[in-house]
This record gives sequence, C-alpha cells and structure tokens, in this order.
Amino acid sequence: MNGIFSRNEAFVALIILGLVLIIGSINPNFFTLGTLYDLLRSSVVMGIFGVGVLMVLVSGGTDISFTAIAAFCTYVTSRYLNSIGFEGSVLVAFLISGAIGVLLGLINAILISSFKLPTLIVTLGTGNMFRGFMLAFIGTKIVTVLPPGMIRFSRTEFFPVTTLIGGTNGLSAAVFVLLAVVPVTWYILNYTMLGRGIYAIGGDRVAAERAGLNINVIQFFIYCYVGFLAGIAGIVHSSLVRTANPFDLVGTELSVIAAVVLGGARITGGHGTILGAILGVFLVIIINNSLIMMGVPSYWQSAVIGMIIILGTSITALQSKRESRVSIVDNQ
Amino acid sequence: MSTHFSSRTPKTRDSLSLSRLLGILRIDNNLLRLLVITVAIFVVMSLLRPHPFLTLRNFRSMSYQFPELGILSIAMMLAMLTGGIDLSVVGTANLAGILAAKLLTTLSPEAAGGHIALLILGAIFVALGIGILCGIFNGFLVAKIGIPPILATLGTMQLYTGIALVITKGYAVLGYLEQFLFIGNGVLWIFPVPLILFVLVAFIFAMVLSKTVFGFYLFMLGTNATAARFSGINNTLVLLKTYLLSGFLAGLAGIIVIARTNSAKADYGTSYVLQAVLVCVLGGINPSGGFGTVSGLVLAILSLQFLSSGFNMLRFSNFFKEFIWGLVLLLVMVINYLSTLYQSRRQLQKTREAIAEVSGGK
Amino acid sequence: MSEDFLVVKNVSKSFAGIQALKKVNLVIRRGEVRCLVGENGSGKSTLIKIIAGVEAPDEGEIIIGGKSFRRLYPIDAIREGIQIIYQDFSLFPNLTAAENLAFNYLLQKKQRSVNWKDVQKIAREAMKNIDVTIDLNRRVEELPVADKQLVAISRALLHNARLIIMDEPTTALTRKEVRSLFQVITKLQREGISVLFVSHKLDEILEISERVTILRNGQNVADGDRSEFDRNKLIFHMTGREIEETRYQYVPRHSSETPLLRVDGLSRQGSFANVSFCVYPGEIVGITGLLGSGRTELAMALFGLKPATRGEIYLNGKHIHIRNVQDAIRHGIGYVPEDRLTEGLFLPQSIGNNMVASVIARLKKKMGIIDPQKRDHHIERWIKTLKIVTPSPTLPVRSLSGGNQQRVVLAKWLTTNPKVLILNGPTVGVDIGSKTDIHHIIRNLAQEGIGAVIISDDIPEIIQNCNRILLMRRGRIVEEFSGDQITEEELARKMIGGDGSEPVSSEMAFV
Repeated sequence: MNGIFSRNEAFVALIILGLVLIIGSINPNFFTLGTLYDLLRSSVVMGIFGVGVLMVLVSGGTDISFTAIAAFCTYVTSRYLNSIGFEGSVLVAFLISGAIGVLLGLINAILISSFKLPTLIVTLGTGNMFRGFMLAFIGTKIVTVLPPGMIRFSRTEFFPVTTLIGGTNGLSAAVFVLLAVVPVTWYILNYTMLGRGIYAIGGDRVAAERAGLNINVIQFFIYCYVGFLAGIAGIVHSSLVRTANPFDLVGTELSVIAAVVLGGARITGGHGTILGAILGVFLVIIINNSLIMMGVPSYWQSAVIGMIIILGTSITALQSKRESRVSIVDNQ
Repeated sequence: MSTHFSSRTPKTRDSLSLSRLLGILRIDNNLLRLLVITVAIFVVMSLLRPHPFLTLRNFRSMSYQFPELGILSIAMMLAMLTGGIDLSVVGTANLAGILAAKLLTTLSPEAAGGHIALLILGAIFVALGIGILCGIFNGFLVAKIGIPPILATLGTMQLYTGIALVITKGYAVLGYLEQFLFIGNGVLWIFPVPLILFVLVAFIFAMVLSKTVFGFYLFMLGTNATAARFSGINNTLVLLKTYLLSGFLAGLAGIIVIARTNSAKADYGTSYVLQAVLVCVLGGINPSGGFGTVSGLVLAILSLQFLSSGFNMLRFSNFFKEFIWGLVLLLVMVINYLSTLYQSRRQLQKTREAIAEVSGGK
Repeated sequence: MSEDFLVVKNVSKSFAGIQALKKVNLVIRRGEVRCLVGENGSGKSTLIKIIAGVEAPDEGEIIIGGKSFRRLYPIDAIREGIQIIYQDFSLFPNLTAAENLAFNYLLQKKQRSVNWKDVQKIAREAMKNIDVTIDLNRRVEELPVADKQLVAISRALLHNARLIIMDEPTTALTRKEVRSLFQVITKLQREGISVLFVSHKLDEILEISERVTILRNGQNVADGDRSEFDRNKLIFHMTGREIEETRYQYVPRHSSETPLLRVDGLSRQGSFANVSFCVYPGEIVGITGLLGSGRTELAMALFGLKPATRGEIYLNGKHIHIRNVQDAIRHGIGYVPEDRLTEGLFLPQSIGNNMVASVIARLKKKMGIIDPQKRDHHIERWIKTLKIVTPSPTLPVRSLSGGNQQRVVLAKWLTTNPKVLILNGPTVGVDIGSKTDIHHIIRNLAQEGIGAVIISDDIPEIIQNCNRILLMRRGRIVEEFSGDQITEEELARKMIGGDGSEPVSSEMAFV
C-alpha cells in the first residue's frame, strides 16, 4: 500500500497518456466523449476478465478456462431464457449465468485443490471440456435473437452525445457492470483477510499454510469467483454484440493474461493490483480500437500488441535483474 | 551386524544390478501405462468400427493428419523440458509457411525446368531459416533478457502472427508447384511423406535428448537452473539452442502445413498451441521441466489420433473430441498424481530399507 | 498452575512405515531455555511439527499448560501460546513488514476485514516488544536477513506466546546477529516465556541453554542440565560414537614448488579489494570472516560466477583469465557451493546424473554423443571412493541423507579432476558423523596434491582442517595464521575484529 500508484502502474498510465496524445494529434476526432464511450464499452468484457485473471495470478495460479466458461454460461443462459420465453430483467440472466460460472469454477477448484495439479494444465483441460461439452451436447447454432431483457440492457445508454455522423452515442449500461465489479474485487483484495490471504499464498504458500490459512477454501473462492465473473462477462459480451455465439470469446484468454501482466501482475504470483490490471486492459483496448484512427490498417493490431508485450515484459525483466544486483550489494 | 560384513561386497553388487533393473522398470511404468492406453483405444476402435478403422485407407489418412501436430508438440516439448513453454510455435510455423509460400508464388512463373528443385529448396530454406530466427529471438528474450518463457512467447506469438497478418493483409497465399505439394501429400513406397518426416524428427530428437551432452544439459537445466549454472553449464547457450531448435521444428511444421493444404494463412491452426501442450502433458513431459521422453510423446499423439479417427467413424462431432481430449488430459493428470503419491511412498520406504541394508555392515 | 508448561509424553510417529519418533518425552518448564539437539534425521523437526499441531502423533499425549491434547491442531497450539520461528522465517516476501507482523495476528483473531490503521498499530507494538526499529512499510523481500528474522521474532511475540520454538535460528545470521538474538532470548526468559532452541551447533547450545534434550534416531538419548554436558559428550550422544578431533598436518613437498593457485591484487567493485594469496599443492587454506566480509564473493570470483574486475590469477604459475564458470572448470577449478540443495544438486535427478553433470562434456564421442561406458565408470568409481551409501546410482539424489548428498556434490567436482577445489561451507547442514567423513575426504584429496580452499565461519572446522587461515574483513584479507598456532577463542575474537559492527558498504564505496 505504498501510495496509490506503484512504479509499474504509473509507467503504464504514462504509456497510455502518450498513446492518447499521439492518436489525438493524428486524429483530433479522438478527443470526443463519443470515443471515450466507445473505448469504455469495448473495455468492459476484457476488464471483467482481467479482474478475474488478476486474482488468479496474484494467488500464484493461471486460468485459461475463463473464456470457455463465459461462452458456456452466456450460451446456455440465453438458450434457456429463450426456451421458457422469459421476458424479465437482465438481472436474471446475470444471476443464472453467474451461477453456472460458479459451478464450472468449482470444477476447476476441486481439481486444483484436491489433486494439487498445476493450474495451467487443469484449466487447459477444463477449458477444452467446457467448450467441447457445450458444442457437442448443447448446440452450435448461434442465438441471434437474445432474450428481451438482454436486448433492453444492450440498448440502455446514459449521457447521450451527438456523434459526427449525426447519430447519438451514449455511455453503455454495460460499463456500469465493470464499475461494480472493480470496486467489489478491489475491496475483497485489499480490505478482507480473504483477499490478503490470496496475496499471502501467492507470496509464500508454505508460510500461509503454517500461519493457519485454509488454502483450499481460498482456492475454492478464487476459482468460483473467477467463474462467476466469467459468467457475468459472458452475458455482457452477448448483449453488446447482440448474439450468443458459442464460438466466441475462446481464443482471447492469452490476450487478457497479457494485458493484466502489462499492468504489473507477476506470473509467479504475489504481485499485482486491480488498478494495474485495468490500466493494462485499457492499453490493449486503446491499441486495438485506435490504430484505425491513426490510419494504421487493422491487420497491424496483433503485431503492435505483440511488440508492446515484449517491450513491457522486457523492461520488467531487466528492472528486476538490476534490482537483484543491487540487493546483493546491500546485503553485505 | 558384523556378520553382514563378510558378505557385503557381493551383496552391494547384487542389489545394484537388481535395483538398476527396477529403476528401468520404474521409468517404464509411465510409458507402459501410456502404451496400454494407446493399445486399448486402438483395440476398442477396431472392435467398434472394424471396417473403416482397420483399413489401409484409414491408416494412410491418419498418417497425414498427425505429423503437423506431432512435430509442433516436439517443439513444445523442448521448451517444456527446460521448464519453459513455447506458445509461439504455431505463429512461427505460419510465418515460416507464409514466407515460403510468398517465395513459391512470386517466383514460380519464371522457374522452369531444372530451377524447380532450386526453388523448392529455396522455399524450404526460407521456412526453416525463419523458424530458426523466430526461435533465436524467443531464446534471446528468455535467456538474455530474462522474461518468463510463457510471457516472452505469448508476446512473440502475437508478434509473429502479426507480422504474418501484415504480410498477407489477412488473406491466404494459395497455389504452389505440384512438386512442392509432394512434401505434404506424397507417398514414398507406402509411407506418406509427412509421416516419414515425423518419424525422422522423433528419432533424431529422441537421440539428441537421451544420448548427447546437449540433451543432458537440457534436462539438468530444466531440473534446477541454478545448480546447472554452478555445475558449469552455460544456461544461456543451452536455452538459446533449445528455442532455436523449437523454432526450427515449427518452421518444418510450417512447410508441411502449406504443402498439405496448398495454402498459407496467418491464423491457421491456432488451437494447435494448446493441443501441443496437451500432447506433451499426456506424454508425461513434466510441465515444470527436467523430465519427459519422446517415446511418451509419440504414444500420446498416437492415442489421440486413434481416438480422433475412431470418433470420426462413430460420427461424433469434432467438439465431442475436444471434450474428450480435455477429459483425458485431466484423467491422466489425476492418475499420475495418485500413482506418484503411492509410488513415492513405496519408493521412499524401499530406499530406506535398502540403505539400511547396505550400510548395515558399518 | 504447574511449573511445567509443555509435556510431551511417549509420542510416536511414523511416516509410510518408517518410525520417525519412538516414545519421545519432553518437558519444558515455564521461563526455561531448552535446547533440542540432534543430527539431521534424528526426529527433531517431526517433534516440532507435532508440538505445532502440523502433524498428528500416532500415539502419546501432549499436555500444554495442564490441558491434555490427543490431537492438536495448529490453531490450538497457537491459542495455547506456542509460536514457532522457522528456519526460513516463514514470512510473505511480497507483503510489507507491517502486514507480515499483523497478518497472523488478525488471522488468529478471526478478523474478516482489514483495517490498515490497526495493521500499523499492531506492527509498531510488535517492534516495541523487542526494542528495535525497522522500516515497516518496506516489503519483506527488500529487507536484509537480520531484519527478516526480527520481523519473525516480533511476530511470534504478538500472540501472548508462552513458548517460542526456534528452529535452527542462527543458520543465516552473522555472529553479531546471533549475539543480539541471544539477548532477545534472555529477555524473553525474564518475562517467563519458555524457549525451545533447536540446533546442532554445539557452541551455541552450550552457551544459551539451561537444559538440553538430545534425540537420536527418533529416541530420547539424553536429557539434563547444561552443566552435565560438554562438547565431547554432546557429540557422543548425538552420533552414538566418539569422534576424535584432530588437526590437519600439511607436509610441504619441495620448498621451491610453484603455487598451484596464486591470486594477486584481486578486486571486485563492492565485494572485495586487493586480495592476494597462494595455495600450494597439498595445502588446505581456510578463508574465514563474518557473513558479508566478502569471503563468498571471493570464492564466486575465483569460480567465475561473478568475475573479478581487477587483479591477476595464476594457476601453476600460468596467468589465466576467469570470465565465467566454463573458464574456471577448464582450468581445473571446482566449487562446492554454500547451498547444497539449490546450488549444488539436481534433487529429483539420479545420483549418477548429478555426479557427471560437470564432466559430461569431456565424455563425448562424435557429434556430442555421450560415451556411456566412460560415464558409468566415473559414477561407479566415485561412489566407491567416496563411500556413498546407496543401493543404486539411478535413484534420485533426493533419497540420500545430507552427508551422502554432499559427497555427491564432491564427486561432481572430483570427476573433473580439479587442481584447486573451493569448498564454501562444506559441512553446513551435514550431521556430525558425515562431517568428519567429509573432512577426511578433503584431507585425503589435499594429500594427493589438490589445493583445497575451505570457506567457512565454522571456527572448529577451519582450525582443524586448514594448515593456513586467511581472515577477511570488509572485503580485504586482514590477517594470516598458521593452523596450529591459533586457538578457537583467538580466531573467534579476531573474526569480530574491532567491534565488527560497521556495515561493509561505507568502506567498500572506495574500493
């Protein structure tokens, strides 16, 4: 808790600022409320995922099944709600989807905590299973007409502004989902013993065990919570693109992890903040969405993101190398 | 205790050879289990669908299907043995394939007669060269800069795929010389060329890993990098070589892919990355490094191929396969966990007893 | 209230059929400093785990403050006032010192939420308990070792501890830090807190303990007042045999011989400066000094791990450059590192593979292919020569005892046929029986013409085994003694020097 900004976060924030200035100077249209709304809307899904990934990374694990969980949850929920002709609030969709997410997360948790298997491998397996199960046994047809509640949710916007081409653009209601998830998770991670326990097991698992922390309980919480967040993110995603596509989302998991790592979380556990994760996600989203505004063809996206990941991780790696060199001298 | 003394020397030698034998059996235990699984899948599929499954045609079609993934898995395995991972194998393969394809498609009209062989060799050379370059860059990031391999190759995966996208603008590069397609579709005697290439690669790398100094270093580095450094192993060089070889194999897989499909695309086979990890883990490659054999990996890929073909014949969807693959991976991991738990307990006890016996004369 | 705080009665425990403890008894009175002594594998750590509630005994009873427990859970032990300071301190490196101090406390209080003001308050209180100040807002990973230990100790005191168990607490400490630790222990004792001091360092045991309990092979072998024990008696009970302590006799071969190793004006920025010395064939040269005196850095420079930036190294009179480990090995320098488990061994790999790890490059035929016969020859030869007790070289080296493991590390270097062997703390964590054996091995090697350099702060080890002793202080060699001219007390005093308290860095800045 050394100040609000750690060095890493300030660094990412600076890069974002620099990037925004560059994009804005090339295309002044960038500095409009409409663009901000767009960016925020595109950040929601990756942002929610990022919050979950952060929690897993801090605990010293890796989860690559969350996109499969999200696709599973939203697809099953949409089909189910359509099949019963449900016309009520989107909250019900969130509830069902989140609950399915918790159940799928529970499967991860059981495998990880009772068999002590490496988290990357477990979630690789379960990710395959969840997606395979959905596509083989539930269906492959894209749901093009979503339950009315989700459609209403997707159309809800606040603070409308007029766009350049004459239409109106408002702040999507989906943004408020992220605005709810972030402080809740932030509170859990920083102001509860559970959250500090997550940092503790990421820092030194054996010490955590000796201190009397129940690691199984914590792991169950983490993977269920991440499952829950994935379920929520799934509904948001489907609502924003107005279809429930079972083939969506899977394949983006590594980019989310990359974004969170850019924000300062360490793959080895124990380190990382919500603020950093969100900044990392913003950085990736801005690059993804704004290359076109700078006149760069969209097929450059992947290469640019790749370079940023390499640069970002290089700087962190070189820094920690230098730090370790310094500390050897200090210890004398 | 002094009665043991006279008979001590022969006893030691006895238990030495005996436990050596036991040691071999113990190592083979994992392989044996895999072999049993593979054979069981084969038998079940043969019984369920004897006609299409046990035909030459099926075997031939299977042996066109798995070499790509097989070679990519060996590439992945090398990185995993050092305790790392190479997420960029598919990105590298596609980039290598695309550049080779570019060469083939831009130069092919002019190339006539005797120049065809040269052109094809040139394309192969380009693909392997690009693979090696990509590998060296990965190795540089991991060994010199010190980025955790999962992050370094996550970045290069995006970068290599990105470069491929920029080169092709997202379109496929199509249509090569017929002679080139031989690499992906040809048959030598009764063996498909991709299969021959895979067998060669598997054999060479099995030898490299088990018989050479480099292989020895790879395992030691993967077990404990600090101890490797303190033992005089040049970790940087070993890691560079490892990722170089991994890139080389990815380049080779890239050639096979474009020759088999007659097209090169920047986003071909992206699911291969995690499948290769899956094959490695199934094959008993320890994800934290230091342990694993090529034979285990070969058995893993064969069993998955049998499963996959069998399911096709049973008219299961591809998605059902995905489900089963995940399930199999988790089952194998759980079984491995339970059996090592049991084994290590027994082994510990046996070792202690044996030591007590050997040192009994003291 | 009875005088006995903790009574362990007839406790037995076995793991997978192996009996770790056999009807062990231990009584600790209130305000008593008790030493629990035993070699590695004697059952010390199992006993601690049982007292901590981490492991359940198979039979027996544990009585704490008059309450009897058949099955003790960690949370019970903590509630009854038992605190353990582990050898590795068991801290969270990624959290601040303040949070480390408060975390376990809040956990015990079953707090669900965290109030950061309380955390600071608890942390400050904890520090006040032992009258020290460290920066509470730094992450523990950034703190020096001694501060980490202070955090661990003050954390233990926060819980109204009645008994503090210290598991090998001095391993990572300098002598000066050991002094202040002992002061803390005395202070605790005055407050009526009992201390169970677990160690195998004889001097420390004799200095701090009031009563001593010795375990061997999972059984009580001796128990009594400190006054009943001396060094030899302790050794006898720990090992079950008499061990003669002799000194190494170096016989110079020819007076005109060139030194095997000559180091001239060797320096490395921030580590050591202007170091010059010689090692003749057959010599065992000891380099000693406090932790941070530059002794380890000097060894690392000679072995190419952190090469020297100035000065010359001569081997057999020939000027050589050591820029990396490969250079050092090529010239015939071997290095047995300080930390066997992480630096010396590939624990899950076979004994054989460990033994040939450094020589394997020389055992190849064509195309880098290893000659299996040469490899096996090396393995068999050194297993026999060093008397490594194992049924098979294919077993993982993890399955060996500490002493045998250290022999494997020695074998790794002996296969390379070194001219100079540098041994950094060659018997750290090795039981006394094996310790003597390893010393014999080193002496034999020296007598065969190897130049050995032992780097250690184990004063008896240095005095008994080295014919020449170089004392380092703040990165420089300050004095040289002949092995048979100095007593342990003298060397100990000289090591600490003036007062030995100034940090290295102030002078090192000028190096």
